[in-house]
Amino acid sequence: MDFTLQVWRQDSPDKEGRFEVYRATNISSDMSFIEMLDSLNIELEQKGDTPVSYECDCLEGICGTCSLMINGRAHGPGACTTTCQLHMRSFQDGETIVIEPFRAKSFPVIKDLIVNRSAFDRIIQAGGFVTVRTGSAPDGNAIPISKIDADLAMDAAQCIGCGACVASCKNSSAMLFTAAKVSHLSYIPQGQPERMERAKKMIEQMDEEGFGACTNQAECEAVCPKGISIKFIARMNRDFIRSSF
Amino acid sequence: MNLDAKIPSGPLESKWTNHKFSSKLINPANKRKFSVIVVGTGLAGASASATLSELGYQVDTFCFHDSPRRAHSIAAQGGINAAKNYQNDGDSIHRLFYDTIKGGDFRAREANVYRLAEVSVNIIDQCVAQGVPFAREYGGQLANRSFGGAQVSRTFYARGQTGQQLLLGAYSALSKQIAAGAVRMHTRHEMLDLILVDGKARGIVTRNLVSGKLKTHMADVVVLATGGYSNVFYLSTNAKGCNVTATYRAHKRGAAFANPCYTQIHPTSIPPHGDKQAKLTLMSESLRNDGRIWVPKAVGDKRDANNIPEAERDYFLERKYPSYGNLAPRDIASRSAKEVCDEGRGVGPIGVGVYLDFRDSIKRLGHETIKQRYGNLLDMYRLITAENPYEEPMRIYPAPHYTMGGLWVDYNLMSTIPGLFVIGEANFSDHGANRLGASALMQGLADGYFVLPSTISNYLANEKLSKVPDDSPEALGVLREKQDEVNKLLAIKGKKSADVFHRELGKIMWDKCGMARNEQGLKEALKKIPELREEFWSNVSVSGSNEGLNQAIERAGRVADFLEYGELMCLDALTRTESCGGHFREESQTEEGEAKRDDQNFAFVSAWEYKGKNTAPVLHKEPLNFENVKLAERSYK
Ligand SMILES: Cc1cc2nc3c(=O)[nH]c(=O)nc-3n(C[C@H](O)[C@H](O)[C@H](O)COP(=O)(O)OP(=O)(O)OC[C@H]3O[C@@H](n4cnc5c(N)ncnc54)[C@H](O)[C@@H]3O)c2cc1C
Ligand code: SF4
Ligand code: FES
Repeated sequence: MDFTLQVWRQDSPDKEGRFEVYRATNISSDMSFIEMLDSLNIELEQKGDTPVSYECDCLEGICGTCSLMINGRAHGPGACTTTCQLHMRSFQDGETIVIEPFRAKSFPVIKDLIVNRSAFDRIIQAGGFVTVRTGSAPDGNAIPISKIDADLAMDAAQCIGCGACVASCKNSSAMLFTAAKVSHLSYIPQGQPERMERAKKMIEQMDEEGFGACTNQAECEAVCPKGISIKFIARMNRDFIRSSF
Repeated sequence: MNLDAKIPSGPLESKWTNHKFSSKLINPANKRKFSVIVVGTGLAGASASATLSELGYQVDTFCFHDSPRRAHSIAAQGGINAAKNYQNDGDSIHRLFYDTIKGGDFRAREANVYRLAEVSVNIIDQCVAQGVPFAREYGGQLANRSFGGAQVSRTFYARGQTGQQLLLGAYSALSKQIAAGAVRMHTRHEMLDLILVDGKARGIVTRNLVSGKLKTHMADVVVLATGGYSNVFYLSTNAKGCNVTATYRAHKRGAAFANPCYTQIHPTSIPPHGDKQAKLTLMSESLRNDGRIWVPKAVGDKRDANNIPEAERDYFLERKYPSYGNLAPRDIASRSAKEVCDEGRGVGPIGVGVYLDFRDSIKRLGHETIKQRYGNLLDMYRLITAENPYEEPMRIYPAPHYTMGGLWVDYNLMSTIPGLFVIGEANFSDHGANRLGASALMQGLADGYFVLPSTISNYLANEKLSKVPDDSPEALGVLREKQDEVNKLLAIKGKKSADVFHRELGKIMWDKCGMARNEQGLKEALKKIPELREEFWSNVSVSGSNEGLNQAIERAGRVADFLEYGELMCLDALTRTESCGGHFREESQTEEGEAKRDDQNFAFVSAWEYKGKNTAPVLHKEPLNFENVKLAERSYK
């Protein structure tokens, strides 16, 4: 397969970016999107040109490192997939593919397709944990947790922190990411003592980082590679409201 | 070189308790005066950073990722072992200890392994307290599954994302400490070298991957938690970024490298599809609980799997190892798969693969149960291959996965360089020549949460360390060397991408030092690797500049180290003429083709000492003494 690629290039945060056009030829349909970009880079390096900067690591949809807006959609076409799990068979031979970074005010571009997502880390630091010291834990089976609650907690805990939800939201809201963590801990007994406080602090941090408000468009849920449900946002909002009483 | 393992005296069961009791403590107010550098935020590094800072030490933690949560540990799927005996199926600390020693083919230290089994139970408690959503039974109790190399159910799991949930637990503990100002987190920083002062590890040089700036950081001790080196094979199940740089460069500064040839090839990954492939995707070994592995009996049988009648299928693991069947340990399962493919009975388009079939368990347990147990893994398979594993058997093939070798450490997890501690996959300590499934997560967290915090305190309490400034002559010396190296790479302006060199090296390693090794092949590799390395240093293309983010520099630096490290691996494999665990020397096998150990001559740890650029490394041996288990042929029949 052959493709025309329009790739966002930007040398550094303060320089202006632009689209560059490249040809990707002889691509097998079994190749992943990242493998396609890798082969473009090998060609560029062979010519002494600067390779395109993009991020990936696990290549199996779990680390949350890969990003990319592909043809205007976070992580490209396909439900519940990350960019690294996308295969070229999802595209038409000869297609033009537009590749951009995850754009949001709180995710500044570092270079080309790489953005800074450390705002997410700071949201977790604001309260996304149970305050427990190493060595102070009771036996794992001392507190039974119903399978239903454990499963719900796990549904929320699956978030990989990729930021697709932010990139696809017209308000650049980080509600889905934040709600996933808040909900994970709110379904289980260990999370109860700090529950309301946690929701409050994490939402405050979210605002401080400059993420926008949620206007219930559900774009985030549509692109989330882990299928995190927006019902968790409602759950977090309830905790947040209760935290102010 | 002194290889004193410092194993405490006394009976096996009380060594760790006695050792902790006889360790010197530091009073809480004084801990603040000590500083620790931790490199790595996988399970080992994140748990260590969190715990050390809770104790009161000043901790500086580094990772090359953009967030600590992205470390390779996140990808572990199957589970984590612990000797809880919640199933009442006869498990105990002693049994986990014995299984691990035996699984490692009697090439690990008894005392270390016993301690690992002992603290395994605390790990689960700690993780539950952090909110890790482990799988539960309907009554609310923790659920378990069984895993390769064990006859009891002792594996705890969180769907197929156990590593993710454990790492997010450790990351949350780390985040709590960062928020409290107790850990200074340096993301997107790559450690380029270790700084020694008066023979002790006192700091590191890092490259800020965003600005390109090199900088020195000093502390009282340095902890490496930088993971394994499977990517020396280029194609492996590891994340793209995994590399050997930190441990190898520490090796060049004097840390002995132990058992580099002990690498694990995992039996269940998705077979390769072509030569542009970036990595191999692991399918969790837990699939072997309910999936049956087979190939056609006839060579060259190209029929669709579903059209091959029962009588013409060879369930080769069940046939050869009736008591463990599809749950035979990894090395055995991998080698058996390679054998049937070498015989021409492999399946899939290029004949590289064997079937893993859920047909019978779907019949027995129902579609829903299988979906519940393995849904996300089967979905992932479908996504990658565009085939439906509920309807036709999956295809799997072995892939490099884990490295048992690593920097040599004593019982205290300290390397041969005083003040340099090594934890997690980066050290060699607990898995001998083969690691059992679900034991790496256990070891990483055991080291980080429970072992290191205690042994590091003892070291600091006994040493008199004066402060060393960031711009001490030793620090600046290493800094200058590293700057020169980066400049040298940039000046080559060759024609070939570092990635291409990496692939070529990977092919040599896989062919000559992969699943099966022999003298001739290893000698060929030892000739080819230096040639490739030479070509690298004259023809690698590293474009761009020193300033700002430049991934070409990152890649080239890592490949340069692999190109040296591969040679050490082959040398170690050549020297160890026995077969053991993941190291299979074709010259040393039984008549049935099983690995043949040579306890008379090889019951030792190989620890290699670096001797300079053009000098051969020197082999030192730490003898392994078995006082509590009897060395036996590792039979899984
Ligand atoms: C696909 C897969 C599935 C697995 N499943 C299981 C399982 O089910 N059960 C099990 O027990 N084990 C499993 N394992 C093995 C297990 O995941 C690893 O052995 C373990 O997670 C390693 O943890 P670690 O903390 O030692 O290192 P890692 O998680 O690899 O972390 C390394 C850290 O070091 C940092 N780093 C490395 N080099 C540098 C440098 N030079 N400078 C700065 N930072 C650096 C990285 O940024 C990272 O933070 C699996 C492995 C794979 C590949
Ligand atoms: S909620 Fe979904 S899209 Fe948002 S960070 Fe988590 S996994 Fe990514
Ligand atoms: S690279 Fe890890 S999720 Fe894509």
